[in-house]
Amino acid sequence: MPIQFVFLWTDALIYVLLAVVSVFVVYAVRHEHLRAPWSQVARRPLAMGALVVLLAYVAIGLLDSVHYRERLAKQDQYAAEVKSLLDTLLQPLRTRTERTYSAPFAIHAFTSETVDKPDGTRERAYPRLKYGGAHLATADERAGDIGRRTARALGTAVLVWLLALGVFVYWRRLPGDDYRAAVMRFIRGGERIPWRTIWATTGVLLLVLSCGVYLSPYYHVLGTDQVGIDVLYKSLKSVRTGLVIGTLTTLVMLPFALVFGVAAGYFRGWIDDVIQYTYTTLSSIPGVLLIAAAILSLQVYMATHPESFDNVVVRADTRLLFLCAILGVTSWTSLCRLLRGETLKLRELDYIGAARALGVTSARIMTRHLFPNVMHVVLITVVLDFSGLVLAEAVLSYVGVGVDPSMESWGNMINGARLEMAREPMVWWTLAAAFVFMFGLVLAANLFADAVRDAFDPRLRR
Amino acid sequence: MSEPKSEWRARLALVLVMIGLTVPASAAWNNPYPEAERTANILYAAFNERPKHLDPARSYSENEYAFIAQVYEPPFQYHYLRRPYALVPLTATAVPRPIYLDKSNRRLPPTAPAGAIAYSIYEIKLRPGIRYQPHPAFARDERGQPLFQSLDAATVRRFNTIADFPRQGTRELVAADYIYQIKRLAHPALHSPILGVMADHIVGFKDYARTLAAAWRKLAAAGADGAYLDLTRFPLAGVEEVDRYTFRVKIHGKYPQFLYWMAMPFFAPMPPEADRFFSQPGMAQKNLTLDWYPVGTGPYMLTVNNPNRQMVLERNPNFHGELYPADGEPGDAVAGLLKDAGQPLPFIDRVVFSLEKENIPYWTKFLQGYYDRSAVPNESFDQAVRVGGSGDTEVSDEMKARGISLLTSVQTSTFYLGFNMLDSVVGGYGERARKLRQAISIAIDMEEQIAIFRNGRGIAAQGPLPPGIFGYKEGQAGVNPYVYDWANGRAERKPIEAAQRLLAEAGYANGQDATGRPLLLYFDTAATGPEQKARLDWLRKQLQKLNVQLVVRATDYNRFQEKMRKGDAQLFEWGWNADYPDPENFLFLLYGPNKKVGGEGENAANYDNPEFDRLFERMRNMDNGPERQRVIDQMVDIARRDAPWAWGLHPMQFSLQHAWVSNVKPNNIANNTLKYMRIDPQRRAVAREAWNRPVVWPIAAVMALLVAGVMPAVVSYRRRELRSQRQPNG
Amino acid sequence: MLAYLIRRLLYAVPILLGVNLLTFALFFFVNSPDDMARIQLGVKRVTPEAIAQWKAERGYDKPLVYNDKAAGLQRVTDTIFYRHSLRLFAFDFGRSDEGRDIGYDIRQRMWPSLAIALPTFLVGVLAYVTFALILAFFRGMYLDTVGVVVCVILMSVSALFYVIGGQYLASKLLHLVPISGYGGGVDAFKFIVLPVVIGVVSGIGGNTRLYRTFFLEEIGKDYVRTARAKGLSEARVLFRHVLKNALIPILTGVVVVIPLLFIGSLIMESFFGIPGLGSYTIDAINSQDFAIVRAMVFLGSVLYIVGLILTDFSYTLVDPRVRLS
Repeated sequence: MPIQFVFLWTDALIYVLLAVVSVFVVYAVRHEHLRAPWSQVARRPLAMGALVVLLAYVAIGLLDSVHYRERLAKQDQYAAEVKSLLDTLLQPLRTRTERTYSAPFAIHAFTSETVDKPDGTRERAYPRLKYGGAHLATADERAGDIGRRTARALGTAVLVWLLALGVFVYWRRLPGDDYRAAVMRFIRGGERIPWRTIWATTGVLLLVLSCGVYLSPYYHVLGTDQVGIDVLYKSLKSVRTGLVIGTLTTLVMLPFALVFGVAAGYFRGWIDDVIQYTYTTLSSIPGVLLIAAAILSLQVYMATHPESFDNVVVRADTRLLFLCAILGVTSWTSLCRLLRGETLKLRELDYIGAARALGVTSARIMTRHLFPNVMHVVLITVVLDFSGLVLAEAVLSYVGVGVDPSMESWGNMINGARLEMAREPMVWWTLAAAFVFMFGLVLAANLFADAVRDAFDPRLRR
Repeated sequence: MSEPKSEWRARLALVLVMIGLTVPASAAWNNPYPEAERTANILYAAFNERPKHLDPARSYSENEYAFIAQVYEPPFQYHYLRRPYALVPLTATAVPRPIYLDKSNRRLPPTAPAGAIAYSIYEIKLRPGIRYQPHPAFARDERGQPLFQSLDAATVRRFNTIADFPRQGTRELVAADYIYQIKRLAHPALHSPILGVMADHIVGFKDYARTLAAAWRKLAAAGADGAYLDLTRFPLAGVEEVDRYTFRVKIHGKYPQFLYWMAMPFFAPMPPEADRFFSQPGMAQKNLTLDWYPVGTGPYMLTVNNPNRQMVLERNPNFHGELYPADGEPGDAVAGLLKDAGQPLPFIDRVVFSLEKENIPYWTKFLQGYYDRSAVPNESFDQAVRVGGSGDTEVSDEMKARGISLLTSVQTSTFYLGFNMLDSVVGGYGERARKLRQAISIAIDMEEQIAIFRNGRGIAAQGPLPPGIFGYKEGQAGVNPYVYDWANGRAERKPIEAAQRLLAEAGYANGQDATGRPLLLYFDTAATGPEQKARLDWLRKQLQKLNVQLVVRATDYNRFQEKMRKGDAQLFEWGWNADYPDPENFLFLLYGPNKKVGGEGENAANYDNPEFDRLFERMRNMDNGPERQRVIDQMVDIARRDAPWAWGLHPMQFSLQHAWVSNVKPNNIANNTLKYMRIDPQRRAVAREAWNRPVVWPIAAVMALLVAGVMPAVVSYRRRELRSQRQPNG
Repeated sequence: MLAYLIRRLLYAVPILLGVNLLTFALFFFVNSPDDMARIQLGVKRVTPEAIAQWKAERGYDKPLVYNDKAAGLQRVTDTIFYRHSLRLFAFDFGRSDEGRDIGYDIRQRMWPSLAIALPTFLVGVLAYVTFALILAFFRGMYLDTVGVVVCVILMSVSALFYVIGGQYLASKLLHLVPISGYGGGVDAFKFIVLPVVIGVVSGIGGNTRLYRTFFLEEIGKDYVRTARAKGLSEARVLFRHVLKNALIPILTGVVVVIPLLFIGSLIMESFFGIPGLGSYTIDAINSQDFAIVRAMVFLGSVLYIVGLILTDFSYTLVDPRVRLS
């Protein structure tokens, strides 16, 4: 085998999550009470646009979740370095590191250096970058070159988009429609699913992607950071971190919140008391302090068991997972409380009482009747929590208890960028890149979450 | 009942007026200091973390010395201007020459060989008439009885800070105060960091510490709150009070460095009254301790101590009137450093230290004129400094326009990357390990690190000694031949191929051992913050050049210290700041008996070479001269060959000051330098106002935009209302 | 009412005990007293004897929870847990590992924290309710749509950006306020303005949108339609009826945080160099001062529970139908 797959803990959980989501989708399609609200979501243009953006992020995250080692050319063994599929795709971005800062599209270094001149004297100057714009002879060619490449990128993107759209319209045309009519119908819109918005969003994403593909091999599109790593690469690598924090946290805490919340509401009595006591106690500890203490203890564990963490990637991954877990501990309490309240209401309903009278076991009642009926609460919470968790990561990294410092994340980028802001001239691109990427994800998540909540929350259904 | 209400209204009006007054239109709005201090003779400085100890027996770090060195006066100090660093008397009348004695206490000539000298005696004569700062510990009533020396806990509870005591007094400095402080270094409750060192030197100190510990245990067993161990009742063999102003210290053997110790605050005078005062019951509970409120004879006294926000040094009204030095290095006169020669010190009335944890606000405030001096933060280097073609530095045009000037100096410190000599991979004294270490030393390009992470502020180390310390050699003679070649008139790092060759010779061809397993090295660090990430990445890149993998084992500070103590680390970073300007203070970092593992010493690499140790024992007692230089050369060469450190760098300090600050000369050893500085407050006030005109229009613009956004809605709502009134059920 | 209060307070005791046990476990297993000693004693020339002495002075040489060397009740009381954790119930915070009186520090640092948190809270709630009212008032018009979109955009921005951007703009570019620091008395004003504004702005998006849904929910109810049918103007309907009824859900979220204002904001205080309890906590985490962190966790939990009780009481004030029993 030329490669050896490496399964990190978070990778495994992501695959589990993927499986769960797929099962859920199949399940939802088959059941009318779930299909209805989802099709309501699907009718909202804004939500569907957001979904396209989210899927783009998810695609990047998934690509970054397949890890492997490469077999070394000569020896009969695998390289120690763990790479992901995304790393391989972005190979040129990853390896083309400069010495230190450079501005977006720059071809000269951002800071001056002492350089040796041929005649033996030394001079302080802004040297040419090793990779950024290395194909250009002089700085004057830059604008023209960028313009040409952008034009080519845009052209390609539009072409691909039109082609795909054409196929799509052809595939979607109604029986008996001629192609022209199908196109007109698409342009007019008015279908139940807002295909126009979806395609427009896809188009914009395609443009961005195409520009990236055409320009980033020749320039550092978003500049480089202090040690010369391409900021675009860093931003893309951060996507996975954000997604993992946003989703796995929920996945980790969900079983507890679900079981405890429903059990407390269903059994009442001392079980309820114990569970209520547990979550009140947990939620009354300031979250940051709990997280800080837990992360510190993880570090201790890692320090005392270095043999299990001999690899940078494994270390960072363990810390990430642990962070998810501890964030889960601090955030499951509110969901648990909601579920308990919902179950309290449900258990008074006739059919549950009837089931109990018929001698159906509690376990069966909970799994067959209660869990499915509180799912909308879970769903809304999960979707609403997502963006909050992505934002929380940045703050935690600032306090110093976030993800591993060797891991790419928006929080780490912002944190580093604070010092760069004070530079003169200012190094703004790391901050800007982190802002844009993070903003895109959180905004899309918020818009999508809105639609989901409107569709599932019976209180607001009018 | 209407009266309180009107009073309340009046108060509100008053507050509003006051708020209005604090932001007068013309003055700078962003002035963080009270308006009243506008033209006061105050120096503004900052501290970035609360000093842990202000007790001279405990304090051992630079940020603490920034305060107490201005308050406490040891017998000697370093000359402000002269270089190389020279000791001059401070409260003493002269820097004494030691008297040497043999085993039977017979006097030996000054030229006696070190081996024959059993004891050295230093006799210090104080200048009479020096008085302490005003302090309640000295306060006496009309009958001459101490006022605040026998308080009960209930009375103490009424006082929150030292300023709350209504009466203060002073007293003349006497030799007994110095003796008292030397005894305090052995006090079991103080954990003085130099107790161990002094126990090796001062005659009878080890026994003295034992005696005190026993007495202290007895006292503690009695369980009294505010127990006071009266050190005057316990005699110490090695110190002697000759008369009111003279005392002697007797130390084992010959130890010329002892004089340097006596220029540190550890040897500042401590009046027993002050110690007794702060030992009274209830004092410690109120944070009233010597560790918090220094009592000294120096030019300044600490009047405000709120480490959450501000610490203020104020001119000591009882200061003994030291004069500005009249001579210095050649060039000092041209630089204007001798203009104040012979003037009485200090020049500045008050020094306000504000808490400033982060670089960015500090730098911004410096540029706005709210701090008088600043280091050059890394991220603002290009803004502040212009580096010329030959590496010479000057301030940038922007700084020049503001009248800011730059001072540079190489610090007497060393930062290095150490190898744990006890480690099975990188440690050991065999050929394999040595070549591995040498290869790594070549691969880690310190020049690049200095360029990237320090903006060129530092010089790559050729050995353990920084410049400015005796034994350091400039130029070709000082080059480390295992890492550098001398070419083109400067030291050039050997090419990476040389390192690869060494690595292959060590048995790791292309970064793999004989079985083909890749060589994996561990770098242990406590640096976990994101700011450190870039540097750690860089370090990984360095070893990548040899195809060696570096795994960063980052842990918290404690775990790191623990690892170092147990010898579990592999590669690590460490640093040392000179205590005093003598090569012994650096070479002892490699002295075998001083190992971290087992010896609890400062030899972090656990380096242990018998030949080196033998030479060290010879070198440390020698006086500076060609003989000593020869021994040092031998030692440095041994260390370079064994390469227990991948020699790191000696940082350079760049400091900026505004045009209104004068008499500043970088001094890496002395800490009591505030008294020499002078400022021109008028000039500062003018500059501040010119640089800080508030810009208000963007706020007005945003407001206007908001209103413009809302107006159409209001208008159309009005219209709708009108319509619905006209046709009610619509 | 009184019985209710007493029961709630009694209920708080086991919770606080749980909090105490949890923090004790977390911090003591993370940090052995040896580590704390080493941090406090500094780097240079530290001897094992000094560490032993340091521990003995602070009672950290005792067993953790059970002392088998002691006799009788002392088996439990002569332990680290009893001496350092249970005393907190008497609000006796003891001394920090550095040797400072924690109670004194908390009392000193509480005021700067409040000076930032209280105005942020008051101005914030006022602003959010106002904006939400405006949006609800103009519902269905462009202002509402734009407003909601702006809200979503604002809430998608990390709080760190508001702080970094605000500080950069107001202090560095426009010279409006000092970039960081704090002053007592009237001086405090210029230091407080920016953190308060940033604190309020960073919450605008989420809260305005949330409150707007509360208002819209009320507006949809029958009594509002009745009131409108009676010919009351829209503004009167909104202010007289809707506002009052929408206050209940708003109170649920708001009252519980009031006591927590004392603790201050971690980020705001460390960015602006405000000597409050937030920066106190961060410093303690960084220097691993166990005693302070333990005290702050305890204080935070107490205040949280007080907040819960206050919330219950505030219901009775707003809605007389709710009775506590």
